[in-house]
Amino acid sequence: METNNIVDMKNIHKSFGGVKALRGIDFHIGPNEVIGLLGDNGAGKSTLIKIISGVHSFDEGEMYIKGKKISPKRHTVRNAHKMGIETVFQEKALAEKQQLWRNIFLGRQMTNKLGFIKVREEIKETNKIMRELMKFRGIGAGADSYVRTLSGGERQGVAISRAMYFDSDLVILDEPTVGLSLQEVKKVLDFILAVKERGKSCVYISHSIADVYPVSDRFVAIDRGEMVCEYRREDISLEELNEKLIELTKAKVL
Amino acid sequence: MTRTKERTKQSFFFKYSSQFGLMIMMGLVLLAFIITSPNVFLKSGIYFSFLASVPTIGIMAMGLTFILGMGEIDLSFPSTMALSAFLFATVYRSTGNFFLAFLACIAAGILVGMTNGLIIAKIGVPSIVVTLGMQYLIRGLSNLLSDGLAIVVRLRGTLSHQILVGRFYNIPHQALWYLGITIFLFFLLYRHKFGEHVLFVGDNQEAARMMGVNVVWVKIGAFSLMGALAAMAGMFDLYRMGTWWPTMGDGYLMMIMAAVFVGGTSMFGGQATIFGTFLGAFMIGTLEAGIVAAGLKGFWTRFITGLLIISAVIIHTLLRKRK
Ligand SMILES: Nc1ncnc2c1ncn2[C@@H]1O[C@H](COP(=O)(O)OP(=O)(O)OP(=O)(O)O)[C@@H](O)[C@H]1O
Ligand SMILES: [Mg+2]
Repeated sequence: METNNIVDMKNIHKSFGGVKALRGIDFHIGPNEVIGLLGDNGAGKSTLIKIISGVHSFDEGEMYIKGKKISPKRHTVRNAHKMGIETVFQEKALAEKQQLWRNIFLGRQMTNKLGFIKVREEIKETNKIMRELMKFRGIGAGADSYVRTLSGGERQGVAISRAMYFDSDLVILDEPTVGLSLQEVKKVLDFILAVKERGKSCVYISHSIADVYPVSDRFVAIDRGEMVCEYRREDISLEELNEKLIELTKAKVL
Repeated sequence: MTRTKERTKQSFFFKYSSQFGLMIMMGLVLLAFIITSPNVFLKSGIYFSFLASVPTIGIMAMGLTFILGMGEIDLSFPSTMALSAFLFATVYRSTGNFFLAFLACIAAGILVGMTNGLIIAKIGVPSIVVTLGMQYLIRGLSNLLSDGLAIVVRLRGTLSHQILVGRFYNIPHQALWYLGITIFLFFLLYRHKFGEHVLFVGDNQEAARMMGVNVVWVKIGAFSLMGALAAMAGMFDLYRMGTWWPTMGDGYLMMIMAAVFVGGTSMFGGQATIFGTFLGAFMIGTLEAGIVAAGLKGFWTRFITGLLIISAVIIHTLLRKRK
């Protein structure tokens, strides 16, 4: 397909058993575009981005990544990584009993030809990531700390830094700021702006519209598996957007 | 600088406190044996006989360490051991070719393991159920194939016998093989992508999947490894005994599980210790002979074994909580 878009999705359907999580979504992510993905709890936001990042397959519809047609059964997380898609999942995807450095490099280990891990190099890089990206001020934490000894916010910091470290063309952030202090939220927003500056794209999912608004180029709202509205930032003010979303929830209650 | 140094220094003892605890326990048991029957335990003979018998248990315990680290269980490996050794015995008897027999033996083990892994990972049946069924199925299969009869194989005097279970200055070769396998598996678990994936799957399967780990392949791989190791253990036992028995492997299941748990691997997944299992296999594998040699009635064996298992596991759990 001839396109500059990073992702094109047409009429995507996805069910989990009897639950229809997505019913015919058309969605695209343009080059160097930041998208604020909005919607109520259970609307299908996480399901949508997990299809892009290869965690879930889809039942119906078409998906293209960088113009290349994606077969739903073949698309895997590894494949998404290779195509330059980096995701911070809502669940954070960290294993508590494993060390920090192993969590950072899981799935993308630095290995020799036989698949043995270059432990020293991974630890060195992790220390660098902690110094430069996470800027941990906590006392005990080091590259060989176990994830279970980290606070909730620190864990989130690890998940986000992991995405920062692996340079990519599309960064997907699924509620990355829940439970973070104001300072930490600002770091995440700065990261999104930096992604934009580098000419890359981003999908940002959050329930706090005040955070989403200033960094996004376009807003897409979904409700019960369907896309309900879409605005460019220049066409709508924060107040109007807020009202729109409240209206949507009201309509649902009635 | 000094602060970080202190931290790592502390954490070395901290990190291996479970293993130190186990070693102290083993030392005490040994001391008790020496005191009760010095004429047996102050001579080297009994230790060499331990070195001949423990590797069979140890090799399978290593496989189970991977399986438990992955948060799964395998009940079928004693039967797998018997089926593989049966194939070794029959192929060797009819061809006289070690490599053909070895290949048939290992392939059978891997095949059983792969089947376990496939059903567990692809269809989603819990491993305890799949391997329980497989344990019966495979035992039944080797009984059917052998017609329930023992097979005598002339292995003594062959080159392969010398290489596998010969002696090097009194040290049984299987002990050296066991050491080599342990070292290899140590690196596989802690230094290889595969081992890392096994532990991540055991820790948080969903997270592992989201970070690009192919969970299905990891499970199939780990169960295949278990099968291959059970096959190897079967081959060593066959070489040691010279006879294949239809009941081969009976009685190993509980012992080997005990060895792994005593070693400090938990059954919750995400954590496994090769060194602990190495020690655990020696502890569990020598206890019965030790107790009998110490002049106690055989009845004491189970009682003391139970006591040691429970105290070891309590110690591990308490130490883990402190970490
Ligand atoms: N793995 C799954 N198995 C079964 N149902 C699922 C699964 N994942 C999501 N669902 C269902 O799909 C629907 C959409 O869920 P999704 O997680 O995409 O919502 P969301 O928009 O991300 O909500 P939130 O804002 O609460 O994170 C929900 O009804 C949910 O119950
Ligand atoms: Mg969600």
